[in-house]
Amino acid sequence: MVLNSNIPDGPIEKKWSEHRFHMKLVNPSNRRKYTVIVVGTGLAGASAAASLGEMGYKVLAFSYHESPRRAHSIAAQGGINAPKNYANDGDSVYRLFYDTLKGGDYRAREANVYRLAEVSGSIIDQCVAQGVPFARDYSGYLDNRSFGGAQVSRTFYARGQTGQQLLLGAYAALSRQIGAKTVQFFDRREMLDLTVVDGQARGIVVRNLRTGAVESYVGDAVVLATGGYANTYYLSTMAKASNATAVWRAYKRGAAFANPCFTQIHPTCIPVGGDYQSKLTLMSESLRNDGRIWVPKKSGDTRSPSQIPEAERDYYLERLYPSFGNLVPRDVASRRAKEMCDKGFGVGPTKMAVYLDFADAIKRNSKAWIEEKYGNLFDMYHEITAEDPYSVPMRIYPAVHYTMGGLWVDYNLMTTIPGLFVVGEANFSDHGANRLGASALMQGLADGYFVLPYTLGNYLASTKFASVTVEHEGFRETRASVQERVDRLMSIKGKKPVSEIHRELGKVMWEYVGMGRTAAGLTKALKLIPEIREQFWKDAKVVGDPDTINNELEKAGRIADFLELGELIARDALHREESCGGHFREEHQTPEGEAKRNDKKFAYVAAWEYTGDARTPKLNKEPLKFEYVKPSERSYK
Amino acid sequence: MKFTLKIWRQKNQNDPGRFVTYEVNNISADASFLEMLDVLNNELVQKGEDPVAFDHDCREGICGSCGMMINGRAHGEGRSMATCDVRMRMYKDGEDLVVEPWRAKPFPVVKDLVVDRRAFDRIMQAGGFISVKTGAAPEANAVPVPKANADEAMDAAACIGCGACVASCPNSSAMLFVAAKVSQFALLPQGQPERRERVERMIEQMDKEGFGACSNNYACEAECPKGISVTHIARLNREFLRAEFTEKA
Ligand SMILES: Cc1cc2nc3c(=O)[nH]c(=O)nc-3n(C[C@H](O)[C@H](O)[C@H](O)COP(=O)(O)OP(=O)(O)OC[C@H]3O[C@@H](n4cnc5c(N)ncnc54)[C@H](O)[C@@H]3O)c2cc1C
Ligand code: SF4
Ligand code: FES
Repeated sequence: MVLNSNIPDGPIEKKWSEHRFHMKLVNPSNRRKYTVIVVGTGLAGASAAASLGEMGYKVLAFSYHESPRRAHSIAAQGGINAPKNYANDGDSVYRLFYDTLKGGDYRAREANVYRLAEVSGSIIDQCVAQGVPFARDYSGYLDNRSFGGAQVSRTFYARGQTGQQLLLGAYAALSRQIGAKTVQFFDRREMLDLTVVDGQARGIVVRNLRTGAVESYVGDAVVLATGGYANTYYLSTMAKASNATAVWRAYKRGAAFANPCFTQIHPTCIPVGGDYQSKLTLMSESLRNDGRIWVPKKSGDTRSPSQIPEAERDYYLERLYPSFGNLVPRDVASRRAKEMCDKGFGVGPTKMAVYLDFADAIKRNSKAWIEEKYGNLFDMYHEITAEDPYSVPMRIYPAVHYTMGGLWVDYNLMTTIPGLFVVGEANFSDHGANRLGASALMQGLADGYFVLPYTLGNYLASTKFASVTVEHEGFRETRASVQERVDRLMSIKGKKPVSEIHRELGKVMWEYVGMGRTAAGLTKALKLIPEIREQFWKDAKVVGDPDTINNELEKAGRIADFLELGELIARDALHREESCGGHFREEHQTPEGEAKRNDKKFAYVAAWEYTGDARTPKLNKEPLKFEYVKPSERSYK
Repeated sequence: MKFTLKIWRQKNQNDPGRFVTYEVNNISADASFLEMLDVLNNELVQKGEDPVAFDHDCREGICGSCGMMINGRAHGEGRSMATCDVRMRMYKDGEDLVVEPWRAKPFPVVKDLVVDRRAFDRIMQAGGFISVKTGAAPEANAVPVPKANADEAMDAAACIGCGACVASCPNSSAMLFVAAKVSQFALLPQGQPERRERVERMIEQMDKEGFGACSNNYACEAECPKGISVTHIARLNREFLRAEFTEKA
């Protein structure tokens, strides 16, 4: 496998514009002749499909949801970054580039990150024009707030529902194209495999979730916008259906999987309550703007928070990181919370939580002020915990939230399979080892609106395509293998509900491949995961019929893939003998407990290549070069 | 806690469907309504029976996937909540709970509690957008929007497209859903150029899908998980009249 990042030459500020200039273009009247398949219609997929449809390509869009508006992107709360510098606090494209690269602990490509920062301003323009009701101040101009890992105010938001509003904007743009018949939308279709013909990605095989029918679709290029794989951990902040099947199937067809162990644990989630629990709820990181995190100074303190006087509280982030305080990046905040709880300072019934306190902000401003900014988050917390966060501090604990890893793509967002492109959270590209808050929405929309429409056109214009139909041998083979897998799942007829097996996998992942990783723990995970997988194929119980809506069958297929991906995550984590961003190897830390990178040995992207079910995957390396920002110890002191 | 559940079971669109009674025990008061159904489904799977199908995804009240009638109320007990927000502590221990899908002609049942809500998407395709080409937008701060308007547009934009308004309306009217979108765009300067066509096309599609007329019953507002106000329906009516008037003039 050859990894060519295809980064254009020239100074970083010129790379993207020069690259666009040199691209081959598809004549507008010829675009109708090309069919582009887009799988996934969250922020990245909906924006891509809408833009490509509008340009005149024939677009087939797929989602396992009934409506694009239900995609997981809808749940994003806090905001989206752009260096508009409306706050006049010294922001610039370069600063956003710098912050994102540093936030990612120097494990991303400079050129990609720069381009992301460069196009991000246009996203805000686009969304405002679509009618996205961003927050405004009394002058009528757009308002900003700050997010972790930045010292400027560059985050645009729509109350606590930014993802919802951005997705509804992209959904509206997509709906317009569906109405205009440039895009055909296939709802309740789950992509179960990729068809590669003569080395090119030429189509997909899906299962129609209403009828169970296995269907194939042909295209000239395939775009995956299928989101992240954090549900490998069972409990996460992801939507219940979010899964890795599309990217995993593509991996097995020859696309490299990059940096799978770069997973993000979000510091501010509502702590786990009980065994019945099906998912974890995030409390937006924007709360750290006004909330102060603390634990009692005395370990095992059982007093209620109001009885603990100021002098007996440890505002540990403010103490350890005086300049960033409560706004340190996510990985740092998460690790410190875990450390406090591990040392016995945790609070609440399970002692696996720390306080996030708004008393000072309420005193400084007012309850109404807090309500306007965070009202819906406070209501959500109240509903779930039956505690009123206006009077009692919130209890929070870290939870798995986002995956920086994903399919390897070059500068053009193309994988190692020609014609297979990946956008949004599903690719690995821009966040390195840690994503900063409000940067995923930015990346998804940058990819979909402003990068892919160009790079995909260039690919189509410069490639020859053989004429292929669903009767081609390649499609027959993929269909047969999809059908065989469905039949196999239905015929296990074991005793264990598949969700229980998923929960077992989740426990292993959280325990050994979670926030603090060690060689011993990872080795153990590499032994346990295949055991669970074997048990799954022997003892899973998949009930119901294959020819109607069957949630159990859907879950079973997704879990089967998580059981393979989980192993790759652990393998990648074991091989990466350093700590960086969200990947914290306990063996590699500074005396103060900060992540210790090893730039000499690990300044590369780990791109794993599938070599067969019975064989260990092959590690390929894409070296990372830093010409503009010198990697330094990531200090937030 | 324990509950007796009477749940609507229907294999597919052609099956007439029926209620089936189930008992669930040992439910945590903090569990959500959907987590209670997970417990039931887990037991059904263990017994080899087909679990109850229901739509859900985010489980935090934002994706609009979940939705069922619980004891005759859309999204069950409580105000401003989607079904996934409802916690079992809001019901009495030992209570009987009748669980049904949305009942409305434009939302045919697909299976058990799952209904087909694509009619909403088709209304959106008819006009629920502002036509702006990717890349053709002016600088975001070029046009200020009075904060009060932006805030009210946001109130309307909070709709999650769940369909509870339709399910709770005796006429199966979709006016609150359509009003929320029309109102959002009518309040913003960016929405002005297509103001007339938008409202006309969306209403036309709404009628075509078979949604009923609004008779000011206001059950929609009471059951809407996002508290979308019926004042938006008043604005929709004004927008529609205005459009008809300008067309004739
Ligand atoms: C609770 C929460 C809050 C967040 N808040 C923020 C925030 O404030 N700011 C920020 O920048 N980021 C935030 N994020 C992260 C951000 O929301 C996501 O990374 C981003 O929305 C992902 O978008 P996407 O388009 O890549 O994927 P998704 O929105 O996950 O969409 C995936 C799409 O793919 C489809 N799909 C998947 N697999 C298949 C298949 N096999 N076949 C067919 N269709 C398939 C799905 O139906 C869906 O349409 C948050 C995330 C969470 C969990
Ligand atoms: S108006 Fe309210 S009830 Fe109707 S679809 Fe929107 S959120 Fe649901
Ligand atoms: S599951 Fe998303 S709104 Fe209830």
